[in-house]
Amino acid sequence: MAIFGLWVINKAGGLVYERSFGDGLPHLTSNEYLVLAGTLHGIHAITSRLSPTGSSSGAHVISGETFKMNILLTATGTKFVLLTSLVEPTADSMLQKVYEIYADAVMKNPFHTPEMPIRSEAFDTRITTLLG
Amino acid sequence: MSYPQPHPRFSVLSNSSLSSAEHLSPASSSRFSLPSAPSINTATTPKPGVRPNIYDRPLNKTRNAEVSAAAFAFMFSEIVQYTQKRVSGINDLERRLNTLGYRIGTRVLELMAWRNESAAKAPKRETRFLPALMSIHTHVWRAVFGKPADAIEKSVENADEYMIIDNDPPITRNISVPRDMSSLSCSSFTAGIVEAVLDGLGFSARVTAHNTPNDQYPNRTTILIKLEKSVLEREEALKT
Repeated sequence: MAIFGLWVINKAGGLVYERSFGDGLPHLTSNEYLVLAGTLHGIHAITSRLSPTGSSSGAHVISGETFKMNILLTATGTKFVLLTSLVEPTADSMLQKVYEIYADAVMKNPFHTPEMPIRSEAFDTRITTLLG
Repeated sequence: MSYPQPHPRFSVLSNSSLSSAEHLSPASSSRFSLPSAPSINTATTPKPGVRPNIYDRPLNKTRNAEVSAAAFAFMFSEIVQYTQKRVSGINDLERRLNTLGYRIGTRVLELMAWRNESAAKAPKRETRFLPALMSIHTHVWRAVFGKPADAIEKSVENADEYMIIDNDPPITRNISVPRDMSSLSCSSFTAGIVEAVLDGLGFSARVTAHNTPNDQYPNRTTILIKLEKSVLEREEALKT
């Protein structure tokens, strides 16, 4: 029952936002994060073509023994990834809320450049209120 | 009443940005120009099925209509981005936003006077400054933002300065100004609206917007009104 981290990946596979919560996650270098995000982007693209019955939106959850990655793919191709403990029933609704905050604080902010790293104080604060 | 020199508010852009002026407006006097809209011809009856143009619609029909806040936020964001590309500094950007707001303010005043006073038995307009300020604080704010502003203050140091305070201005709710531009307040747009309303009522003033955040309200904004000397003198003379 814990949330460990949040990533936002743009439609080209670049990591535009990364936040860790608590001290659950080991510290990775920013380069490692970029590689992870790019790899996940690639895996996600392949899983969306794996469906045996019609089209699919790709992987929703990738889980390990101690944690899982919840992935939300939006209509514009931006991906939100939430790292949580295995039993986290609110993960999906949290991702929706993160998406909402992103739409408000990032997309409506005239000082944000699309597809570029997110440097919006309002986004940071509201994410902290929601997840921190 | 005549001004000793051309009134500064009627020159839309100062010399510093004249080079980039044509981006904003093809005409030289842009503040009051109409867009190249469909002809304002009321003589012909519109064909059935054809929507009447915006100038022919009844004004009271949209009285309680609401605008999508999200759509406006996206548009305002584009306005700021568009303007920012065409200016050389923060002051220039704020003045451009002020100019854009001014064009709205003139219309807001006209529309409000028309809606509130046309049905009244004794139509009136505000001729004294304080009631005018109160009316901006409540009526203009309610017409434009759907809620009254949060406070009015009078400057202690300068007799000609008044402030309207909004704790969370709706138009800048989603805007985070980068640190290197921290003095920028996008509420200059609102300042332009206030300036136009004051100008229209005959209180010439210079109106600017400033960020005055506190712990409770990080978006708190002060609209600073600096009245012209002539206005203060007239107020003094009208005192009985």
